[in-house]
Amino acid sequence: MRLGLRIIVLIKQVPDIEKVRFDVETGRIDRSSAPAETNPFDLHALEAGLQIKEKLGGSVTVISMSPRQAESSLKDALARGADRAILLTDTRLAGADTIATAKALAAAIRKLGEFDLILCGEKTVDGDTGQVGPEVAELLGIPHAAYVCEIREITHEWIKVVSDMGDKYLYELKLPALLTVTRELNSPRLPTLKDLLRAKRSQVEVWTADDLSEYVPLDQLGFQGSKTRVVKVVIPSTEHRRGIMLRGDEAVEKIGMIILSEVLGK
Amino acid sequence: MSRRGILVYAETIGSEIHPVTFELIGKARELAEKLDLEVWSTILGYGIADKAAELIYHGADKVYVYDDERLRDLNVIAHKSVLVELAKEIEPEIFLLGATPWGRSLAPRIAAALDTGLTADCIDLQIDKDGELLQIRPAFTGNILAHIKTSSRPIMATIRYRVMKMPQRDPSRKGEIIIRKFNDVDCDGIKCLGKVSERRINLADAEVVVAGGRGLKKKEDLVLLEELANLLGGVVGVSRPLVEEGWISKDHQVGFSGNVVKPKLYIACGISGSPQHLAGMRDSGMIIAVNSDPSAPIFRHADYGVVADLYEFIPKLILLLKNRKEM
Ligand SMILES: Cc1cc2nc3c(=O)[nH]c(=O)nc-3n(C[C@H](O)[C@H](O)[C@H](O)COP(=O)(O)OP(=O)(O)OC[C@H]3O[C@@H](n4cnc5c(N)ncnc54)[C@H](O)[C@@H]3O)c2cc1C
Ligand SMILES: Nc1ncnc2c1ncn2[C@@H]1O[C@H](COP(=O)(O)O)[C@@H](O)[C@H]1O
Repeated sequence: MRLGLRIIVLIKQVPDIEKVRFDVETGRIDRSSAPAETNPFDLHALEAGLQIKEKLGGSVTVISMSPRQAESSLKDALARGADRAILLTDTRLAGADTIATAKALAAAIRKLGEFDLILCGEKTVDGDTGQVGPEVAELLGIPHAAYVCEIREITHEWIKVVSDMGDKYLYELKLPALLTVTRELNSPRLPTLKDLLRAKRSQVEVWTADDLSEYVPLDQLGFQGSKTRVVKVVIPSTEHRRGIMLRGDEAVEKIGMIILSEVLGK
Repeated sequence: MSRRGILVYAETIGSEIHPVTFELIGKARELAEKLDLEVWSTILGYGIADKAAELIYHGADKVYVYDDERLRDLNVIAHKSVLVELAKEIEPEIFLLGATPWGRSLAPRIAAALDTGLTADCIDLQIDKDGELLQIRPAFTGNILAHIKTSSRPIMATIRYRVMKMPQRDPSRKGEIIIRKFNDVDCDGIKCLGKVSERRINLADAEVVVAGGRGLKKKEDLVLLEELANLLGGVVGVSRPLVEEGWISKDHQVGFSGNVVKPKLYIACGISGSPQHLAGMRDSGMIIAVNSDPSAPIFRHADYGVVADLYEFIPKLILLLKNRKEM
């Protein structure tokens, strides 16, 4: 029998969404305007991977496709207990839409060799699509379950999960499989100071596009390989809101009238 | 020569068609007139064949029906395989699905199999001056709206529920229903073992949402909001911390990682207005915010802002509404 499960967690570094600024003219995101952090949903994917490893043995490998600075998120993942971290970074990978991202990630996973389980966040707070996970699954020809809020049981052959699609459904997936997870699944652990210090010295492996060329044609990656293009970005204005401020008993009266006339149609 | 078309995936819940389907057909109809295309739809499931006519009544010209026991469950691989085969055969220009959890799980697999672009969670589709399709979607947790074009075919997009107009149902409309069979379908790797729980409330359909946040001091105080919601024929929504505290189920959460709502009236009580919360309610018809802190960000997104302690304001409002209602 094989020992342990080979688990892969896909993580992305994102800007702190409360602080980030946008350039309306060019439609570009000014990533320097906000500190970067690991996509909050991906921490739950990592936690799930670590818990499964603790139960069944095996290894957790984290992969991210990002500019060089995402190394800090990968080191944070190592501090939390991941065994291996790989950063895909190359200007030829930049500007990728979800399909081009999924192709690069799927190629990296193929290069790593055999695996049992891939874990992703439900979505990212920047791209906000939730598409990369299922696309990777399709490219690798494995089943997936999205919006997983509970892992019921896992063996070396299969996994039973609850998928939250409004109504909740129980699925059994044959391994290898991919899950995208919600924040309900677990509470991510925090790395200890000792772990952080250890991880500081640990190595993140850096791969470029050339490392993937055996597994995917390079013209399918990055901006060149993207099928969708952002042609314009607008900041939704809230100016159409009246912003009328009220206080005290006058407010009760006024709001009461508004509700009666506009909503209850009286 | 056969005409080209826009394909709309008809999502079914049990044996009912999800209403987002009709909204998409309505939008597809509008685009089809401008682009000189037909509107096609496809419905998959078991015991659903008699529903196909509804798709025509709402605006489809042709409906491809796959009624098969192997499609009874929400098996993403089985449904994907059938839809990929169909898309390869009929080659739609545009392929639309609802941005429901199921649609958002299914669509990316189809896009990857067809090697085409997919735009998630659109809130509008327009034709630009060059006659090309613009897909408009929120990104960065609703902080921006991106206009997106796709260079590959079909152009695929998932579209949010309740952002497009519901078309008029016209039972005299005629169209073609095409019953399809298929031989092999690969659905080995995944098995649906059934529903474990039902969504208890449907925030997305609510006309009035009375929402509470951390301004509430304890779980029992939710009753206050419930009373107001009942009075207005609405439902209770909450910000995320209340779900995390275990005060109420996730079905009630409004926001980026909860439900996107678009009621006629949204009343936010004791909610600060974080970007993640705003992402779920900023498109509401009218927004009223009640908050004791005059600098709370929610006020910048409200039509009416009430600076007050919700524990004083809400009971008074309830009283007033009760009195007036009786009159
Ligand atoms: C990845 C991610 C996803 C998230 N998804 C969601 C989501 O889907 N939905 C969501 O809501 N949040 C989400 N959040 C959390 C979000 O960032 C905020 O933490 C949350 O929305 C804050 O909730 P709140 O406004 O209720 O609480 P607070 O920010 O603590 O605000 C409470 C407000 O109540 C007011 N108040 C206090 N007492 C009273 C009183 N007696 N009367 C009147 N007003 C009073 C205060 O002035 C304050 O403004 C997400 C966060 C992350 C990182
Ligand atoms: N560049 C990336 N590198 C690694 N993982 C990613 C990347 N982009 C997306 N993912 C994974 O895919 C999930 C969904 O992302 P998205 O489709 O962008 O919303 C994320 O939560 C990650 O797990």
